[in-house]
Amino acid sequence: MTELNNSELIRLSAAQLAAKLAAREVTSVEVTQAYLDRIALVDGGADGIHAFLHVNAEEALAVAAEVDAIRAAGGAEEEALHELAGVPIAVKDLIVTIGQPTTAGSKILEGWHSPYDATVIKKLRAAKMPILGKTNLDEFAMGSSTEHSAYGPTRNPWDLDRIPGGSGGGSAAAVAAFEAPLALGTDTGGSIRQPGAVTGTVGMKPTYGAVSRYGAIAMASSLDQIGPVSRTVLDSALLQEVIGGHDPFDSTSLTDPFDTLVAAAKTGNVTGMKIGIVKELHGEGYQAGVENRFNESLELLKEAGAEIVEVSCPNFKYALGAYYLIMPSEVSSNLAKFDGVRYGLRVLPEDGPMTIERVMAATRAAGFGDEVKRRIILGTYALSAGYYDAYYGSAQKVRTLIQRDFDAAFAQADVLISPTAPTTAFKLGEKLDDPLAMYLNDVATIPANMAGIPGLSLPGGLADEDGLPVGIQLLAPAREDARLYRVGAVLESLLEEKWGGPLLAKAPELKNAGLGTAFNTAGGSN
Amino acid sequence: MSTDAILSFEEAMEKYDPVLGFEVHVELNTKTKMFSSAPNVFGDEPNTNVNEVDLGMPGVLPVVNKTAVESSIKIGLALNCKIAESCRFARKNYFYPDTPKNFQTSQYDEPIAYDGYLDIELSDGTVFRVEIERAHMEEDAGKLTHMGGATGRIQGADYSLVDYNRSGVPLVEIVTKPIEGAGSRAPELAKAYVAAVREIVKNLGVSDAKMERGNVRCDANVSLRPHGRERFGIRSETKNVNSLRAVEHAVRYEIQRHAAVLDSGEPVIQETRHWHEDTRTTTSGRAKSDADDYRYFPEPDLVPVLASREWVEELRATLPEPPAARRKRLQADWGYSDLEFRDVVNAGVMDSIEETITAGASASVARKWWMGEIVGRAKTADVDPSELGVTPETIVELNKLVEGGKINNKMASQVLDGVLAGEGTPAEIVGKRGLAVVSDDGPLLEAIDAALAAQPDVAEKIRGGKLQAIGAIVGGVMKATRGQADAGRVKQLILERLGVEG
Repeated sequence: MTELNNSELIRLSAAQLAAKLAAREVTSVEVTQAYLDRIALVDGGADGIHAFLHVNAEEALAVAAEVDAIRAAGGAEEEALHELAGVPIAVKDLIVTIGQPTTAGSKILEGWHSPYDATVIKKLRAAKMPILGKTNLDEFAMGSSTEHSAYGPTRNPWDLDRIPGGSGGGSAAAVAAFEAPLALGTDTGGSIRQPGAVTGTVGMKPTYGAVSRYGAIAMASSLDQIGPVSRTVLDSALLQEVIGGHDPFDSTSLTDPFDTLVAAAKTGNVTGMKIGIVKELHGEGYQAGVENRFNESLELLKEAGAEIVEVSCPNFKYALGAYYLIMPSEVSSNLAKFDGVRYGLRVLPEDGPMTIERVMAATRAAGFGDEVKRRIILGTYALSAGYYDAYYGSAQKVRTLIQRDFDAAFAQADVLISPTAPTTAFKLGEKLDDPLAMYLNDVATIPANMAGIPGLSLPGGLADEDGLPVGIQLLAPAREDARLYRVGAVLESLLEEKWGGPLLAKAPELKNAGLGTAFNTAGGSN
Repeated sequence: MSTDAILSFEEAMEKYDPVLGFEVHVELNTKTKMFSSAPNVFGDEPNTNVNEVDLGMPGVLPVVNKTAVESSIKIGLALNCKIAESCRFARKNYFYPDTPKNFQTSQYDEPIAYDGYLDIELSDGTVFRVEIERAHMEEDAGKLTHMGGATGRIQGADYSLVDYNRSGVPLVEIVTKPIEGAGSRAPELAKAYVAAVREIVKNLGVSDAKMERGNVRCDANVSLRPHGRERFGIRSETKNVNSLRAVEHAVRYEIQRHAAVLDSGEPVIQETRHWHEDTRTTTSGRAKSDADDYRYFPEPDLVPVLASREWVEELRATLPEPPAARRKRLQADWGYSDLEFRDVVNAGVMDSIEETITAGASASVARKWWMGEIVGRAKTADVDPSELGVTPETIVELNKLVEGGKINNKMASQVLDGVLAGEGTPAEIVGKRGLAVVSDDGPLLEAIDAALAAQPDVAEKIRGGKLQAIGAIVGGVMKATRGQADAGRVKQLILERLGVEG
């Protein structure tokens, strides 16, 4: 039926795929198989992207076939299909799924299968979106490079020697390498947006509470948020409307409907809008090529009718420090449950008495990686009697100050804008031994988590000096997610006009990495 | 198990002044758990009333049980507490396998109820006010069973089994302020306080309040100080004292033990103690210092619990009359003496008597039946009097039959047996068993004549004015009529027969 070959098919956006599925120009099985083939082609082997920790081919194809059957039968059931029905998706392996392992990138959960589905997974299933598999991440989402995964790093499709960002490097790389049109990520300090920036993809951290966290393995509960990863702004809006909404299983989830996101992405407009440059979120410490692309985006927005203003958020300089007290404090408590008693890895002490304390200690010593241990120790210390006020208490005060800075900034501007990350993708191994340098990657993304506001990262072009993607971050007040899609869609179209197409079209062709079947047209008509 | 030295209670009281403190945990009888939708049911197959939340599976989140919050507010109000308009949960972090998340979700510095009091009436009528510091919400832990050891404790056990059915059951922990001035009545006050709390939560309907099932659990803090000293001594905390009698005994024992330690010049060790019902002693548990670091911090997965004043007042309006006030009112209404009323309360028939009076009996009749007839039968049957199967209506009907002269008291007792044997209503049983009082004078006169003829000397004495001798004739008549005659009527007829003025 379709005129497209599979190479073209996998490069379509989710919205385009949805339209072709609805028009019966392609079947979901064809689409799903095309992505599975792509995964087989580029993901495995020594030089593979290694975006996936688990590929869920059988179930994905079954769901695809179900959608195709409903479409073939027509009638009310077809009418009831969600717009994204049959469009495949990849899921960060921090989100629990029945029928597939969930590892959180950690040895301590190796082989564990969840007995329940996360709320977002239930929503994907209700929308009949085939789940292609689970994507790689820094262990328990702790990291900015995916190098802290216990299952090996993910590579950046733009340069296989470079990191894809983190913690959601797997989801971002999968979307950037055309192994999936959409993915789910989680963002605690930038884990959706920073990987989006360094892989040339779109990543959205919704307002805290806009998407249920039930079933996302908690890193830092007050900061974590599930959100969409995609290749276009519209696709993220489509996906957020699928996964969002109030969930009685998550007390922190909002009751707001968040149902105008797609409309906002489709009717992008910035005329008369005030867009604020945050003085503290660019300039010193930011790579020159990043600054250039950032300034270019500002020019485009100005030309499109936006007013650019400068705002100052003086307390942002304390954000990283406060974040590295609050986040590890919550980590130290959230990760206490991984003790070998009920599920997951259990390691017995090699010698000495077999007490429960020693089994717990041996399990945690063997099951957690260094970065996780580092944060557990940091957080345990920060919460200790005598230190609580100075560390956790002060950090919470800083959090309030950051929220006030945002309040003041949003009194002057409708949205704020900054580079998403200070640099383009760095080399694998480059910052592995320097935790502080690694932490600095999130300096521009952390304030949004601290304040619970939404943040969108979209591709801003390639840095002159290294030809690698640069991300532009847009921030809006809490509950104003739609505003980000509206502005993001405008900037995206202006930039794509300038580039003559999507940025990812400039990414190098990936070679057959290896272990899987050759790129083929299985599953279909062609 | 080493035995601690103790002083006699009297000697301890001569030298020292006890200060008490109680932490009473009340398990709420909500349908579901504090933070999950799993059933809150006692006694089921281990690990069946659990879901992913209770097991602390990766990714789960808690959701506060609204009914549990309501119950907590009711308890707070019944304890004369202030109710916080906004309060939060916190995490109490510690590694132990009965706590699936390795932290307990509890309230820390923001309890839902605080600053209350409870007036405790002692046996002699003295009222002692116990100040309540706070009542806060938390979740219960799972239950560990230590296998293979001699003592059932973790020390020496080969392995331990965990039942998470109890994990997440809603608890309210009621904490008193230090209780000073009880003196030698401290053990009695301890028992009376826990009894009062138990009665209140039972009366509110928020807990099954069965101590033997652990629905109400008491940790008792005891310290001593020399008379006249203001500063408190070092306390011990005796954990899980789970009967009212044990609370009294444990406090008494700890007072005696502390006194001996202080007398020896040694410092009391701040520690938890285990209560042993068999020996009525405590043994040392774990050293507990104020430096125990649970790294509390606000539970980030929950939003604050907001209790609007309207809601609190709505709940206040639903509160039943407090048990102590109700007792006072009933005693006055019924006109019982203190002794009579205490016996009624101790026999557990106060509610039944109230129902019987409502059904139409007088207070004295109701007491006569319940205390005189039913309590004894219940004891024999080993059930609660209220569970014996006697309805207030049955008693009212029985009493009408007696007052109407249809049956006498002795027959009424037989009718009651019939009711309990399921033979029918009292009227039916009277008919079936042929128990009606004989009221036709014909057969009675025949019996009287026969009795007079059989005892002519007695008949002569009566004629001579010795009226007290009539009993022998009445007895003869009653015997002849197998007790079915109305003794009063018999007496009257005998006097008429003998021509004597009664």
